[in-house]
Amino acid sequence: MTKKHVKNFIKGLSAFVASACILVGSSMTALAEGSYTYCYDYWGEVQDSPNAYDVVGVYTFKDLGLDLQLNNPAGLTANGDMIFVCDTGNNRILQFKRTAIDKLELVRSIEEFKGDVEVNTFKNPKDFMIDEEGYYYICDTDNNRVLKLDSDLNYIMSFNKPVDATLDADQVFQPTKLVVDGAGRVYCIATGINKGLIKYEADGQFSGFVGATPVVFDFMDYVWKRLASQEQRDKLLNFVPTEYDNLYRDHDGFIYAVCASHLEEDLKSESAQAVRKLNLKGDDILIRNGDFPIYGDLYMGSGGGHDGPSQITDVTVFDNDVYVCLDKNRGRLFAYDNQGRLLYVFGGNGNEDGYFRTPVAIDHIGYDLFVLDTLDKSITIFTPNTYGKMIFDAIDQFDAGEYTKSGETWQKVMDLNGNYDLAYIGVGRSLLRQERYKEAMKYFELKYNDDNYSKALKQYRKEWVEDHILVIFILVFAVLIIPMIIGRLGKIKHEIDTADIFKY
Amino acid sequence: MLTSARIEKLQRFWKSFKFAFYCATHPLDGYWDLTHERRGTYAAANFILFLTVFTKLIKLQFTSFVIEPIDWENTNIFLHIASILFPLAIWVVANWGLTTLFDGKGKFGQIYMATCYCMLPYPMIQIPLIFLSNVVTSEEKEFYSVLSALSLVWVLFWIILAMGQIHEFSVGKNFFFTIASLFGMLVIVFILLLFFSMISQGVAYFISLGKEAMFRMS
Repeated sequence: MTKKHVKNFIKGLSAFVASACILVGSSMTALAEGSYTYCYDYWGEVQDSPNAYDVVGVYTFKDLGLDLQLNNPAGLTANGDMIFVCDTGNNRILQFKRTAIDKLELVRSIEEFKGDVEVNTFKNPKDFMIDEEGYYYICDTDNNRVLKLDSDLNYIMSFNKPVDATLDADQVFQPTKLVVDGAGRVYCIATGINKGLIKYEADGQFSGFVGATPVVFDFMDYVWKRLASQEQRDKLLNFVPTEYDNLYRDHDGFIYAVCASHLEEDLKSESAQAVRKLNLKGDDILIRNGDFPIYGDLYMGSGGGHDGPSQITDVTVFDNDVYVCLDKNRGRLFAYDNQGRLLYVFGGNGNEDGYFRTPVAIDHIGYDLFVLDTLDKSITIFTPNTYGKMIFDAIDQFDAGEYTKSGETWQKVMDLNGNYDLAYIGVGRSLLRQERYKEAMKYFELKYNDDNYSKALKQYRKEWVEDHILVIFILVFAVLIIPMIIGRLGKIKHEIDTADIFKY
Repeated sequence: MLTSARIEKLQRFWKSFKFAFYCATHPLDGYWDLTHERRGTYAAANFILFLTVFTKLIKLQFTSFVIEPIDWENTNIFLHIASILFPLAIWVVANWGLTTLFDGKGKFGQIYMATCYCMLPYPMIQIPLIFLSNVVTSEEKEFYSVLSALSLVWVLFWIILAMGQIHEFSVGKNFFFTIASLFGMLVIVFILLLFFSMISQGVAYFISLGKEAMFRMS
């Protein structure tokens, strides 16, 4: 080898080493990018978390035994072990039976129904619901009606455009989502109707609007509007309530309503709510005791082609009041507990299993989640793994009053995920119930939970004072009484010293 | 070794430090005597300033998180120290710069000394409050906040009174010059910002010039 060859060899070698370094470096940064599942800590920092849910499978038309691809599917409803999917673009409703944890078997494809009506087929049906008596309710969107069928597909009745003076006569009635309560009353939302949920009595009579979102406007807009002329005013945005995007009726009969189109500043100032839980009067009774408002991701910056706030497009509520919100924007699922604290977030945009392109609907059987992706034309099934089940167990045990057991379970959760604030708070709450206040305070302090800390401190303080009452009494005595006695003694001494009797 | 001169010095320091407590309860009389009767010392002033900064720092560590949750990862104690020293410095400069032009009798050092003496209520109240913070719940937070605010109001009000005595100003004139000094502080901050941004741009210019020259020559 000549000198030049050696030089070239060294050059080549160093280049190789350098590129290897870059490769290793980049793979390391890929590792540091964050986990599939995450949570937020007290400061709003993203904390990586073990996966709480595993993907059982992603099912497209072939896996589901269909002849035709799903076309713009919009709705998914679970009932018992049955799954109903609104295959909107194909004007049909598909019924599947879940025969095994990873198996969906096609039962039937509902494309028409029997009965004495003009149109016996569907046109872009967007939602499906079964009431407690087994009747089917279908949002037959482009036929402008909500259908009620029995389980043998016989027509019972239909709910039509509400007759109301405040509704424009030209407005086309396009119901998109609905829920049915225990008494057969139907609540539905329709395109372009923003006065709240349209409520029908069981006999099909329209009975009013409930639960409109409060109108959001700021003071400057108001001032502008007062100053503007009529023509200018018409061009300005109207202060109107926002339409809901989806509904879910939980096991207690409360309706969860979500709205995906709120503005970032309205969500951050909490003048608008992405998720509302409506009672019969239409008031929002969702509990918001978490460190952060319930609007999905805290960080709304752009990244990966998506920006703006999470667009909560559907929600499902488990029997233990944990609810899972589906974000259409970044394809994520947000699980909140009944106090409104974020349990975990998972999912994302992508083509891998467990990621979505445009998820639109979510429902559950037990704790298993079914997510419908309208762009990917697929259904994804998730099931909680050991870690996820443990969290549910801990919550359920606490709600059932088994505080010691709940504390032990939270401790196990903490062993798996030391960055999980709720585990610390869970252990603390269990200790608080066991009247081990001092230890509880330690756990709450670690995670800055001042409400629970104060509860523990109050009890601990009381206990401490009761235990040390004697010492406290003696101290007070020492501080107040002893100087008084000394002063008195000094005075007496002074009087004796200066007394006339002792003067000669 | 404790020579007699040293002991005398210590005694003088102790006496002048104790005088700060007198000032805290008798501001008008106290701050007049502080300079006119030479009852204050720089040693005591520095010590009170040290106490104040020290209180600010131990507050971070020992105040209950119920009152003040602290994000330790993003805490810079130098910023906390500067949050006292920097306003103090520009206050003294601004106040001296203005009052010296308008018959203020106080010298630069005296303004500094009097301002430091005025800070005594801060450690006086805040240190017991650290203990209090650890026995209050979040519902009783208000007790803490009121006392904490009191310490600040006390300090600020006393500084205004002290300036009046040091400069031998009437109440109206004192009030006017307090406002003027605050405005002066704003001007100083503005000029400092301007200065630093200019300097950094100037430095960046010469650095890029140097880089260019080195690039051409190599």
